[in-house]
Amino acid sequence: MSKKIIEVSQLRKDFVVGDIVVHALRGIDLVISEGEFVSIMGTSGSGKSTMLNILGCLDQPTSGSYLLDGSRIGGMNRNELARLRNQKLGFVFQSYNLLPRTSALENVELPLFYNASVSSRERRERAKEALHAVGLSDRMDHMPNQLSGGQQQRVAIARSLVNDPVVILADEATGNLDTRTSYEIMSLFQELNQKGKTIVFVTHEPDIARLTGRSVTFRDGHILRDQQITDGLLAREILHSLPVEDTV
Amino acid sequence: MKIINLMKVALSALRRNKFRAFLTMLGIIIGVASVIAMLAIGQGSKQSIQSQISSMGSNMVIAMPASQQMGGVMQGGSNIQSLELYDVEAVSKNCPSVSHVSPEVRASGQVVSGTENWPTTFYGVGAAYLEIKKMKIESGRMFTEQEVKKAAKVIVVGQTVVEELFGKGVDPVGKSIRFRNVPLKIIGVLAEKGENTFGQDQDDVIIGPYTTVQKRILAITHIQAIFASAKNEELTDQATSEMTTALRASHQLREGDDDDFQIRTQKELVNTFSSISNILTILLGAIAGISLLVGGIGIMNIMFVSVTERTREIGLRMSVGGRGVDILMQFLIEAMLLSVLGGVIGILLGVGSSSVIGSITGWPIAVMPSAVVLSFVVCTFIGIFFGWYPARKASGLNPIDALRFE
Repeated sequence: MSKKIIEVSQLRKDFVVGDIVVHALRGIDLVISEGEFVSIMGTSGSGKSTMLNILGCLDQPTSGSYLLDGSRIGGMNRNELARLRNQKLGFVFQSYNLLPRTSALENVELPLFYNASVSSRERRERAKEALHAVGLSDRMDHMPNQLSGGQQQRVAIARSLVNDPVVILADEATGNLDTRTSYEIMSLFQELNQKGKTIVFVTHEPDIARLTGRSVTFRDGHILRDQQITDGLLAREILHSLPVEDTV
Repeated sequence: MKIINLMKVALSALRRNKFRAFLTMLGIIIGVASVIAMLAIGQGSKQSIQSQISSMGSNMVIAMPASQQMGGVMQGGSNIQSLELYDVEAVSKNCPSVSHVSPEVRASGQVVSGTENWPTTFYGVGAAYLEIKKMKIESGRMFTEQEVKKAAKVIVVGQTVVEELFGKGVDPVGKSIRFRNVPLKIIGVLAEKGENTFGQDQDDVIIGPYTTVQKRILAITHIQAIFASAKNEELTDQATSEMTTALRASHQLREGDDDDFQIRTQKELVNTFSSISNILTILLGAIAGISLLVGGIGIMNIMFVSVTERTREIGLRMSVGGRGVDILMQFLIEAMLLSVLGGVIGILLGVGSSSVIGSITGWPIAVMPSAVVLSFVVCTFIGIFFGWYPARKASGLNPIDALRFE
């Protein structure tokens, strides 16, 4: 059995909205091991975003325990959580969230700026490596507005890789992209997963979820379904079968 | 985050919005420039007043009869004949801090030359008088000690008198005029001195030996004042006390008796005018300071806009590991850069504009180094003060909300 990266048990999260208490998560048990590619599915309001916020150490659970790479998250203060995000997590967002008028390379360097133990030379080297890994070595000095949506998301993925995280959390990472580019991005994620990266991928598109290794479906704050996907579909192959008329 | 990285981040954030950064700085630039220019003008006028006063002789010490009570009636100082020629002797002998000393007697009256006449004052003085009052001879010569002893009928006249009696540009040396029917020969003309600080014409004078005025015009033996000059400005106080001692001894006053003379120096005058121009400087500085404050509020305003505009950036920075203090420092340093950069430009502009104002208007301008240092320090604090609240707001954002901010 490989190492457990994420270990969640009896996790609950309540929100107080006015006088009403909303139970967003009602006792979740979830274990994600190293090297897994997990998709989290669910309709809006199912609790999947809340789950991702907690997994991403952006939010604290109301009760239950969460172990990330052996560290217990409960009871940590804001600064400790920030350090954990900096060193153990990588985020990929639906809307890329790149800094405008800042080169791709500098965007990728960003997480390392917040790590005092990384020298400026090492920072630059690692950012170049990460951009190379997503196939953008020739676009390092481009500004985000000079890049296509797919390329911007690749920069964002490079940014999530640069601190060598234990898990990459992607939130609707293909939500703003056309079908073809979505498959390109999924192909990149599959590639990273094959190289051993653990990935948690929130999506509401079943087609995309099929390309991951395991699908967890949320509904009303519970896990509805948790199944391994054994299709072995490769995004790259689907890409080849797509009609090419919409490529530029 | 390391401070050097924070500086880089703040600089690149400002570079992204160059024009806006410049407009924001403009408030500080104008504020600092006006502080420096206003203080320079204020300081310049103060220095010019001081130099005017010292051109009247800032080391001058004047002894005059004091007002006294006589039979229950207060007498004005000018009616009292308490100063005599032996007092002048006493001062010149017993006061080591005094370099020159001269008696003064005054007579007012008409001067007549041919058909022209003019009311003026005839000052009867010693040969050292010009030295004490910082007056200069333009043509001809000053009378000598010999002429004083002989009560010679020779005089030195001021420009106004020359103009009124002979017309502009005429050299009257060698000519004779009459004062109260006494014919007097002009042997010298004083260089023009203009009006003094009180608007009194310092060129409307006739200067002659005090003996001449005493014997030939007023028929008196006492004198009306003793003019002396201390060896330098710092010795003025010492000269004053030496003269007091010398005059008391010469008047045979006992301990406990009031002085029957009073001693005036220009120092009080200098102080009065300094304090007036100090008030002026403070006033100008305060107005300029208010514009600096307005500039600071401008920075705060823009920093708030910037924080709102970059909410998602803040969310992103937090999600990749930026702590609250990192975000706080980032925005604080940005605000400080704005104000300090604006301050530096403002200092250059202020120094430049004050010299331009000085050369155009001819006002004396003196840039105060302390004003430059002060405005720089104030700018830094304005940056911290007005940047703090927006930065605080940024650092307190919840990363989840910030990331989803539209």
